[in-house]
This record gives sequence, structure tokens and C-alpha cells, in this order.
Amino acid sequence: MILEVRHLSTHYLVRHNPLARFGHRDHLIRAVDDVSFAVTAGEVFGIIGESGSGKTTLARTMLRLCDSTAGDVLHRGRSVFAMNSSELKQYRHSVQPVFQDADSTLDPRQHVGAILEEPLLIHGIGDAATRRQYIGGMLEQINLSPSFLQRHPSELSGGQRQRVALARSLLLNPEVLIADEPTSGLDPLVTTQVLALMLRLKQDHGLTLILISHDLETVAYASDRIAVMYRGRIVELSGGEDFAQRASHPYTRFLLGVERRVPEIPVLEGVHEHIHGAEDGCAYANSCPHHLHVCHSISPELRETSQGHLIACHAIAPE
Amino acid sequence: MRLASHVKTNRLAMVGMIILWVFILGAVFAQLLMPHDPWRHFVPFMSPSVTHVLGTDDVGRDIFSELILGARVSLTVGFMAGLIAVGIGVLVGLLAGFRRGYLDEILMGLTDVVLVIPALPLVILVSVYLGPGIWYTILVIGLVFWPSTARVIRSQVLSVRQSGYVESARALGAGDGWLMRRHVLPNVLPLILAKFVLTVAAAMLMEASLSFLGLGDPMAKSWGMMLHYAFARGGFIREMWWWYVPPGVCISLCILSLTLISFSIEEGSDPRLRRALDR
Repeated sequence: MILEVRHLSTHYLVRHNPLARFGHRDHLIRAVDDVSFAVTAGEVFGIIGESGSGKTTLARTMLRLCDSTAGDVLHRGRSVFAMNSSELKQYRHSVQPVFQDADSTLDPRQHVGAILEEPLLIHGIGDAATRRQYIGGMLEQINLSPSFLQRHPSELSGGQRQRVALARSLLLNPEVLIADEPTSGLDPLVTTQVLALMLRLKQDHGLTLILISHDLETVAYASDRIAVMYRGRIVELSGGEDFAQRASHPYTRFLLGVERRVPEIPVLEGVHEHIHGAEDGCAYANSCPHHLHVCHSISPELRETSQGHLIACHAIAPE
Repeated sequence: MRLASHVKTNRLAMVGMIILWVFILGAVFAQLLMPHDPWRHFVPFMSPSVTHVLGTDDVGRDIFSELILGARVSLTVGFMAGLIAVGIGVLVGLLAGFRRGYLDEILMGLTDVVLVIPALPLVILVSVYLGPGIWYTILVIGLVFWPSTARVIRSQVLSVRQSGYVESARALGAGDGWLMRRHVLPNVLPLILAKFVLTVAAAMLMEASLSFLGLGDPMAKSWGMMLHYAFARGGFIREMWWWYVPPGVCISLCILSLTLISFSIEEGSDPRLRRALDR
């Protein structure tokens, strides 16, 4: 178990100012709600979910970029939230993110050379010559010529930017890479290239990869195991090999296109959905064609229905 | 640096730089440029002539020499007061924006209080209390002009702090000091520069106002002080325009040049504005 998430919850309290609070109650947004899973060394763990399902918050909480409300994240058995600053720095040395939208994750004032040198400088790795050598080697691996070192992010294409962001993370030689929508905003061809590059680098570096995306195909293509998130919860977790055949949660089947969603009362997009849908019962109950009476009052536990296949649904009996 | 090259290629900024350099050189080499000792008494109320290009004032001092010496006093007050004001403002803005929490609330509360107090009456009050003296004037202006800088810097720090690249650097393991040095400061620096230049202009204007009202140092010959004497000693009534127009023009030109420079710094630091301007 290289990385383990235990009953992790991250809730946001949306406070209105005291005057506006007469009309509106403060909202609790359950971005991540009681999520548990464990990632073994060397695997590709995929997480799928629509926008607003809490994928990004999950990634940020795992990286300790925001505080958790409950639960824990364990790295090799050590709690990430109990780490002091030097332990945290060590943790960040071995667990690296690749964020979506490399447009904003690269400092517009730095040129690529400075961007790539930053992780090495932060962790005090090598002298100037060795750092140049590392960076040169990494550029080669991401298929960029050394002339790019002098360019600014604004002078790169989207795919090149994302490759630079990937290289920056890989320069620390991490054990785990948490890639949050690494291909969003890229056209299909570049998406395939970036994805193939990531998988190749994963092989070369012996990485463990957590791949987060809204795109089922992207995740299914690359992952050994896949978790499906819906409104902050994992609703199904199963192997990537025969994911489509074994998928049985109504939401997963909707994502796969084999089942329809019941047209629900139109709600606002994205995170706002949580405001109304997260009190009690299954969050998907209102859209679920198979919903039972119990679905509206008790939220279903994630339980194992068969070997390596976990589902959170009242309507599905264990095999 | 891209900012510097932008300032160089911008024609208006170039004009501003040239004007400012003329004044700065005039102030530095005042001793060489002054045709007469500005404290020496000639015949009072002389009209412009070859020996006295701008005539003499009520006690017979050479106005042109006073004007050159005035650049030194006005620019010194402007730059020193600007330095103090922007120094305080940057410190407060960085602290409040980066640390957030109670410190932010306290500092911004203080900033708002100073911001809503009308500057001129406050400066008048304090300088009456402290008495005349060029260093008092500098101090007072510096202590009154920092809040707008603090606000601007804070908001920029907030937006940089929440940007993806600061988050990424944090995820790479960077501490607060690193983020401040490597990402926040470089992204705030052009704003600090632009704000400094504008504050210098405002400080020069404030110094001129104070001196004109008779609250400046009577021994320091600034342009404001010249206007004060021209007004108090009959320069306006006698329509001796060569006495009161030149210091006024000098103040205006200085402020104009500083404003032009600050505009181009702002444009240069914002790629979107730069592109719009190139079109």
C-alpha cells in the first residue's frame, strides 16, 4: 500500500456575510465525502467523475494543499496530515501532482529552464552542472529540444505546456504521480500523445499513477483499477480490464451509455449540485431508474459484491 | 528584462524619461548650472534680462538660479517621500496578502482608516505640529501616502497566491519564503515600480501645496516655496509671470513625466495591455 485514503472527507462551508445570511443559510458543500481506497505500488489507479464530483478536491486534499474535514491519507503507513514541515517536504518529494490546465500552473514570468530547475532547487538537488544535465535528460524524455529552455510558457502550445508541467513533476523522481485531468483542454491527438508519454514514463521510472479525469475513455485506456465518483463519493470501484462488462452501478452504466438517467429537476451545474443533493440518502437517487424507497433516506455503503469489485448501491444484491 | 525594453520602445515613456532626466541632471549639477548664487541680493523686482534670465524677486535674488536649486529640493522630497510611502505600503500589502487571517484584518482596517482621512488637511495639521523642515515634510507625506499602495499590492498578492503556479510550487515542496521570493515578488514588482513613480508625483504635488500654503521649510528653496513667495510678496499683483509661471511649469512637467513613465510600466507588466497597444 503506497498511498491509502481512509474515510476522507473535505467539506467547504460557504458563508454568506451576516446581512445576506438572513435570506440564505450557510451552505455546506461536501466536495469529498467519506472516500476510501488504497493504491498499490506500480499500478495505474483511475478516478472518473463529472465536473463537480470532487475529483480535484480529492487530489488537492491528498497532496495536503487543502485541509480535510475528516479521515486520513496515509503514505507508506504515515499520516499525511500529521507530518511536520520537513516530513511534508519529503512527502512532496515522493508524491507529485500534474494539474489540469498547465496554462496557469506555469509562472508566466519564468522561462522553461527556470520552471524545470525549480523543483531541484527547492530540494537542493545537485549543483548547477548536474541540474542542467538532469533537465537536459528530462527534456529529451518529453520530446522537447533544448531551445525550449529559453521560452516562456506563453510561447508554448497547450501540449508542450502540459509536457513541461509533467517534466517538472518527474524531475523529483517521485514514487507517485497524481494526474488531475492531465489532458483537459488538449485536442484528441495531443491527448493521446501526452497519455502515451505518461504511460511510457511510468514504465521507465517505475511510477505509481493516479489518473483523474472526466473522460471515461482516457481512464479506461490506461488504468488497472477504476473508481467512479459521484458527488463526492465513490459509487463503484473495479478492475480496469473488464470494467465495462462488470460495471453495474446505475451511474457507471449511465456513463458507459448503456443506461439512461431519469430526467431530474434541472439543477445548477457543478459544485452547486452538492448544496441540495448531499443531505441523506443516495445522491444519485433522484436520477436513478432503479431507485428504491430506502435510497432516499439511507446512503448506501461501498461494499464488495465480488472479488475486487465494490459498489455503493441498495438496488444491487451481492453475488 | 522585457519590462525595460518595453519602456524603451514606448514613445510616450521615452518623452517622460527625457523630461525627468533633464530635471534630475539639473538637480544634481545645480552648482555648475546656476548663473548666480541663489542667496545673493541683487536689485529687487528686475525684469528678465541677459544677466538675469528670469529677473529677480522681492529681495533681489536671481529667479533662474532659484528655479534650478528648486529642482533639487522638490525632487528630493518627492523621491524620499515616495520611498517611505511605497516602502510602508509594500510591507503592509505583502504581509496582509500573504499571511491573511487576523493580521490581514488589522492591517487593512488601519489602511482604510488612513485612506479615508483627507490627505491635505492631515498633512497641514501634522506639519503645523512638527514645524517647518524638509525632513518633516518628507516624513509626513510618506506617512500619509502609503495606503493606496498597500491595497493595490495586497490584492495583487492575493491573486498571485491563488494562482496555479503558486499551488504547483507549494506541491513541489516550496515553503513560504521560497514562494515569496520566487513567485510573489517578481509578479508584484512592476506594480511596485509603477506605484512608486506615481507616489513620487503625488508627493511632489503635495510638497508644492504645503509650501505654497507657507508650511514648508523657508530655508529650502523648492518650487512650491517660490510660488508661495511670488504670491505673498506681490509677484502676482505686479504680473511678474516670469516669477510664478516657471516653477508651476516645472512642477507640471515633472508630474507629467512621472505619470507617463508609470503608465508604460503598467502596460509593460500586463501582456494583454501591451498587445492592445501594439495594435
